[in-house]
Amino acid sequence: MRELLEILQGQSFFDGLTEAQLKLVAAFAALRSFEAGRYLFREHEPADAFYLIRSGRVSLESLLPGRQPGTFMTLGGGDMLGWSWLIPPYRWHYDARALEPVHTAHFDAAALRERMDHDPVLGYALHKRFTMLIVERLQAARLQHLDIYASGEGDVGLGG
Amino acid sequence: MSALAAELQGHEPMAPEPWRILAVRREVADGEVFTWTLEPLSGRAATARPGQFNMLYLFGVGEVAISVSAIEDDGAVVHTIRAVGSVTRAMQGLRTGEVVGVRGPFGTAWPVADAKGRDLVLAAGGIGLAPLRPVVHAVLARRQDFGRVLLCYGARSPRDLIFRDELDEWQVRRELDLRVTVDRGTADWKGDVGVVTQLIDRGGFDGRNALAMVCGPEVMMRFSALSLHRRGVAPERTFVSMERSMRCALGFCGHCQIGPHFVCRDGPVFPYPVMEPAFRVNEL
Repeated sequence: MRELLEILQGQSFFDGLTEAQLKLVAAFAALRSFEAGRYLFREHEPADAFYLIRSGRVSLESLLPGRQPGTFMTLGGGDMLGWSWLIPPYRWHYDARALEPVHTAHFDAAALRERMDHDPVLGYALHKRFTMLIVERLQAARLQHLDIYASGEGDVGLGG
Repeated sequence: MSALAAELQGHEPMAPEPWRILAVRREVADGEVFTWTLEPLSGRAATARPGQFNMLYLFGVGEVAISVSAIEDDGAVVHTIRAVGSVTRAMQGLRTGEVVGVRGPFGTAWPVADAKGRDLVLAAGGIGLAPLRPVVHAVLARRQDFGRVLLCYGARSPRDLIFRDELDEWQVRRELDLRVTVDRGTADWKGDVGVVTQLIDRGGFDGRNALAMVCGPEVMMRFSALSLHRRGVAPERTFVSMERSMRCALGFCGHCQIGPHFVCRDGPVFPYPVMEPAFRVNEL
């Protein structure tokens, strides 16, 4: 518990939470590791957790029929993983696979969600943080979609 | 343009000097991006600073502004070029030993000296790594002068990554925290997938004491600046390198004008707050 609390205190995602709130969140957490190639979760499975990746890299993948799974994002040490536990029907939308040995803090989100329903102050504080995370990922996805490195027209600019 | 450059050109800054191509290197498989090492036929040239550019003239075809991508100890200058227009496509066909015209160096430089004693964040997108490469060289040459040095490099796909050998070398060096990501991975790509701003968001530097240099497409620079500011880097310590159609390179013709600024003369390296309003104006 003490170790988990220290881990949470060192993460900017949890900055601003009171010590009591951090202790509460830590009470729903456990350290969990995954070998390379193991899935943290699979598409369509119940989303009843979220993760703080402490080290290692995780690939977010989507199943493409007849093709290899497509990686649309990788996450690494310090990144938060998973928000489908916040939104009905609480199912994962993608696969998350360990690309190398991955060490995480795993949060029992189903239980935490229930707690948040009864503790709106904590619920709001966590919702704000996950909303920021979702917005950052949305902005990143838009940027990725824009194909900003595609060749332009003509010799405009510094060409390198 | 420097005084020495003007002197070397007999005060004729519009007259290109003949330079020989010493080496040609393909940076990507189809050769769309290539690197030239150039030496002046006269044996003398003004020394460029990281971030500056030269006007490269392909006789009978035209002239383009190209950033310096390395500065050799022996005076040779390196340029990395993407073949996207009529001049650069024609340049793609040139071989070692051929002669091109060079004017320069021109423009402002990255404020490398201002980063001394600070953490340094370099964010490069696509071929934007080329103008930042001389900064990496300068920093590695005097590594003890700087705090943590983070290089975040994003490209469209693994095949679009340039300076592959050097990236491999930097990857194993402890003096530099190199993070590479691509927008679209391939089956054999083992690295990160995602945009360059996510590499900045992961932190690993002291934003309050950091200086940042950003080079790439404008939308990438804008979002990178936002990520840097979220991480505590002051806007006035964030620098960007602008791309515009440069013709005279002397601040006369106005082709590269952005509001009151001539990119060729007042830039291409600007403090972010100076260019931030321009990022919000479409087609400026």
